[in-house]
Amino acid sequence: MTVARFWRETPRRYNLGGNRCSACTTVYFPPRAVCPTCQKHRQSLGKMEPFTLSGDGEVFSFTLVHEAAEGFEMQVPYVLALIKTTEGPLLTGQIVDISHEEVHIGMRVRAAFRKLREDGRAGVIHYGYKFSPARENGGREAVASPVSQEALARAAARTQGTART
Amino acid sequence: MEQKVGIVSYGAYVPRYRITPQEIGQVWGTDGTAMGKGLNVVRKSVPSPDEDTITISTEALRIALTRGKINPHDIGAIYVGSESHPYAVKPTATVVAQAVGATPYLTAADFEFACKAGTAAIQTCMGMVASRMITYGVAIGADTSQGAPGDALEYSASAGGAALVIGRENLIAEINATESFTTDTPDFWRREGQRYPSHGGRFTGEPAYFRHVGECGRRMMERAQTEPKDYQHVVFHQPNGKFPQRIGKSLGFSEAQMKYGLVTPWIGNTYSGAALIGLANVLDHAKGGDRVLVVGYGSGAGSDAFDVTVTDRIESYDRNHGRQVQEFLDGGVPLSYAMYAKYRGKIHLGGS
Ligand SMILES: [Zn+2]
Repeated sequence: MTVARFWRETPRRYNLGGNRCSACTTVYFPPRAVCPTCQKHRQSLGKMEPFTLSGDGEVFSFTLVHEAAEGFEMQVPYVLALIKTTEGPLLTGQIVDISHEEVHIGMRVRAAFRKLREDGRAGVIHYGYKFSPARENGGREAVASPVSQEALARAAARTQGTART
Repeated sequence: MEQKVGIVSYGAYVPRYRITPQEIGQVWGTDGTAMGKGLNVVRKSVPSPDEDTITISTEALRIALTRGKINPHDIGAIYVGSESHPYAVKPTATVVAQAVGATPYLTAADFEFACKAGTAAIQTCMGMVASRMITYGVAIGADTSQGAPGDALEYSASAGGAALVIGRENLIAEINATESFTTDTPDFWRREGQRYPSHGGRFTGEPAYFRHVGECGRRMMERAQTEPKDYQHVVFHQPNGKFPQRIGKSLGFSEAQMKYGLVTPWIGNTYSGAALIGLANVLDHAKGGDRVLVVGYGSGAGSDAFDVTVTDRIESYDRNHGRQVQEFLDGGVPLSYAMYAKYRGKIHLGGS
């Protein structure tokens, strides 16, 4: 993607900037020029106002990606999900900070700010939204369960196994 | 200081992965348990492949803005202190400013001074806020630092950061005064283009960390006309878990006073983030009226100290939004060295 094109999409990718039809209050992301919900589209002309999504939502559906898109090789396998936002729009995003076995439909998530990809070693770094588990009070889910001795032992065993082969 | 300035809000962020000194040691044929004990580091944080100083700074500041119910457009300055800015040329602060919705009517810059760039940012914001140049100034300290594989630094260098919003009104903590101590001391450095930093080995202790933190802490108390017993909490820069304990003891502080300010044993050395995350943990636990001494340190070398008094407003301030520091200290997902090496880019892929 060119630097200019990404830059134009910055408000969307950084801040979930969409818009809202002030005639019928439907929210759109990405923003639309006219409101397809209003029966006569012309009613919405000039009535679309900027609207920033809260970043809260839930998993509508998801898939586990094994064949990485370019730039995502380090994160395979990763979860790509459709997120039903609180304000309505459905959007696609990666789910991070949770092991993929734990992701489920209906799970509450919240937008996180992450690196999306890099244009090689010398190119620009693209940032934007991904999603991580949320909890009731609007904050994020705990980082994870407390570090257990068993988990540490498992990690150690994996490394030893690698060293032997 | 005539015009009261202080902390209006704060937030901290530490990535979710952890690795232990034992796990690192067994790869390099070193006794990791002894290493961890020597450094007083139980585990250190590791960033995901999609995290860096920009994402950590943004997450920390977003928490701070929500907790303090601060309109991003009231922010007049954002300064990000780090020694791991993702770009050599192109500011971290502009991305952070855009990502929190503070652009375009503000000034922004990246600060560098090894591990004390974040405390230098606090001082700059204090001056600008006190002189009424700006309403709110944001000071961030964040890093995703690395030690060379097998080097002693690899056992402690970790990732994390914290953001402080500095202002004049609605203060949850007043900064009564600040003090600095600076000399040319080559204890730790990284030349342009070098992947990992170099250090002066044992030289990093006595003439560097201990002299600067000690002198700065003592001068701060002289100026504030305080003694160690006047403080409920003390926070030092913490490249490992041992240095801050030693300097604290020699300045006359007890384990109890150091308890919340010491976070490195559970997340590692977050460099520019270290003193600020320690302060965030203190604020997570503080009561109105508590007095806090903060002494940062950056190699090269210098120390910045702050004499802070927590206000009663802390009781009604929303500390529960986002994660408190204790969650980062307790939680985390352990990584094997292999996964850690992959995540930290220590494995060279073919073709590049
Ligand atoms: Zn409409």
